[in-house]
Amino acid sequence: MINQIIILPIILPLIFAVTMLFFWRSVAVHRYINLFGTLVSLVVSIIILVQVISEGIISLQVGSWQAPFGISIVADLLSTVMVVITAVIGFATALYSIGTIDPDREKYLYYPLLQFLLMGINGAFLTGDIFNLYVWFEVMLISSFVLLVLGGTRGQFEGAIKYVTLNLLSSAIFLAAVGILYGVAGTLNMADLARRIPFVEQKELLTVVSVLFMIAFGVKAAIFPLFFWLPASYHTPPVAVSAIFAGLLTKVGVYALIRFFTTIFVHDIGFTHNLLLISAVLTMLTGVLGAAAQSDFRKILSFHIISQIGYMILGLALFSPLAIAGAIFYIIHHIIVKTNLFFVSGVVDKMKGSFDLNKLGGVYKFYPLLGLLFLIPALSLAGIPPLSGFWAKFVVIKAGLEVQEYFVIGIALLVGLLTLFSMTKIWNEVFWKDDPRGYENHLDESYKQITSTKKYLVIAPIVFLALITIIIGFYAEPFFKYANDAAEQLINSSVYINSVLGMR
Amino acid sequence: MNFLLAIIIGILYGAGTYMILRRSLVKVILGLIFLGHAANLLIFTIGRLTKGAPAFIPQGAETLAEPYADPLPQALILTAIVIGFGVQAFAIVLFKRTYQTVGTDDLDKMKSTDELK
Repeated sequence: MINQIIILPIILPLIFAVTMLFFWRSVAVHRYINLFGTLVSLVVSIIILVQVISEGIISLQVGSWQAPFGISIVADLLSTVMVVITAVIGFATALYSIGTIDPDREKYLYYPLLQFLLMGINGAFLTGDIFNLYVWFEVMLISSFVLLVLGGTRGQFEGAIKYVTLNLLSSAIFLAAVGILYGVAGTLNMADLARRIPFVEQKELLTVVSVLFMIAFGVKAAIFPLFFWLPASYHTPPVAVSAIFAGLLTKVGVYALIRFFTTIFVHDIGFTHNLLLISAVLTMLTGVLGAAAQSDFRKILSFHIISQIGYMILGLALFSPLAIAGAIFYIIHHIIVKTNLFFVSGVVDKMKGSFDLNKLGGVYKFYPLLGLLFLIPALSLAGIPPLSGFWAKFVVIKAGLEVQEYFVIGIALLVGLLTLFSMTKIWNEVFWKDDPRGYENHLDESYKQITSTKKYLVIAPIVFLALITIIIGFYAEPFFKYANDAAEQLINSSVYINSVLGMR
Repeated sequence: MNFLLAIIIGILYGAGTYMILRRSLVKVILGLIFLGHAANLLIFTIGRLTKGAPAFIPQGAETLAEPYADPLPQALILTAIVIGFGVQAFAIVLFKRTYQTVGTDDLDKMKSTDELK
């Protein structure tokens, strides 16, 4: 059965993580297995993507328990694209981690935790069962908790308190929503739910449940007004960890929102999607204004995650095929770009020993290429053509104009402008102005001891991700076509239902 | 029985919400535990309580005869309890280590990561 391949993105990280535990004294082995593991995952996920594109949705009933009684693993276009992006970021982070993570953290099982995190993320993308989604969320969360506090500095603990508390709270809400939904609809299989929900009589209760899910996923996706844990915690761990969190974790929440509010909860669009729309606008605004007030490299980037999440939720809330395609395109673009920006901030920190914009400066003068590598993702984030961010924003805004939400589109454009302001601020302070300590090339003492192999390992993923940004920018059409197909699959849920429940 | 459980769930949610709004770390973790238990009991109750009728097919019969207790909510709760236990154990250790590192259990004093520098 070729269908079994879609469970590999979940199984492979588990196998590699457990293999690493057998060699738990040898950090070097961990590094190689981790790098090899992420590479294998990348290849496998691309094979799955090719299959899903050619054959349509692939589903697998675990243990041959027929849906809706067993757990379904479903790879539709959206899930598969997310799995591929996860693998890309996993690979880039594996390279970057070898170059930047200190030996103490490596010794305390950093790499196995990374693989467990990837397993949880892939599981959340691929599952077709809501309770199973809860389980994968917990797998992902517990690995992220440990990665966040690994190292045990004061800032990490303070950030982790907020991160852990709010995520546990959101899990409790998620669980309650799962319970009520089971009571109302009598099933937890997503495809079965999509089929049964139009016939549920207690529509009001269903709306309550959908809002509970919105809150639970909203905490994880960091939408307004549930985002406070993000800027408090994301800048505290090592850069490699921040980067993978910034790229992937919030997007799992966005993915869940897109999945639930296109396939399952479309019984009361006037209420639920309007709520999402209001939240999206406020998310964009608060995020970008929060960033404008900051003067720390990573804090600015953290606040920008929030404002960009707003665009994705906006695409979902507008709820036209084009808008959802725009949201999906936005997720792809944003994961790549945001991870890359965090990577660059880490390089600057290694050189100058600080994330504080006031203490930094003069990087462009001595490292013009690094400046270029910052500019590509930064301008892409702000939406400057022809980079990927321009197309992402363009599609969402075009979709907004089609449904005549002019006020919302005005805000979205304003936020784009303010994003450019923040990026120029970082450019001016970090790269353009002279180092406040003088005209010479001031480098951190520890930087001089880093071997040149490690330096290449750190730069390689940045170049790799920058190239992807440029490719998406210049060859946007195929990417957009697949985003469109994915949106099509989400809106016409009958294909999804038939593929999972096996009806002709 | 349904009524009693509903009251208990309500009390647990109320107490949990009150506790996580407190400033002390210990009270916050207690609040999280209450909320977790409340969610578990909610699943238990909302899956419809059926007394004394386990979901076993009697000998000789082909299918289950109504009424029988739905086994799925119980399976869900079992999973949720195990996960909740693990996560809460981690949170308790994390809160203790935070207390040792930061030197206070007052949440209002833990805002160095939020301050504008």
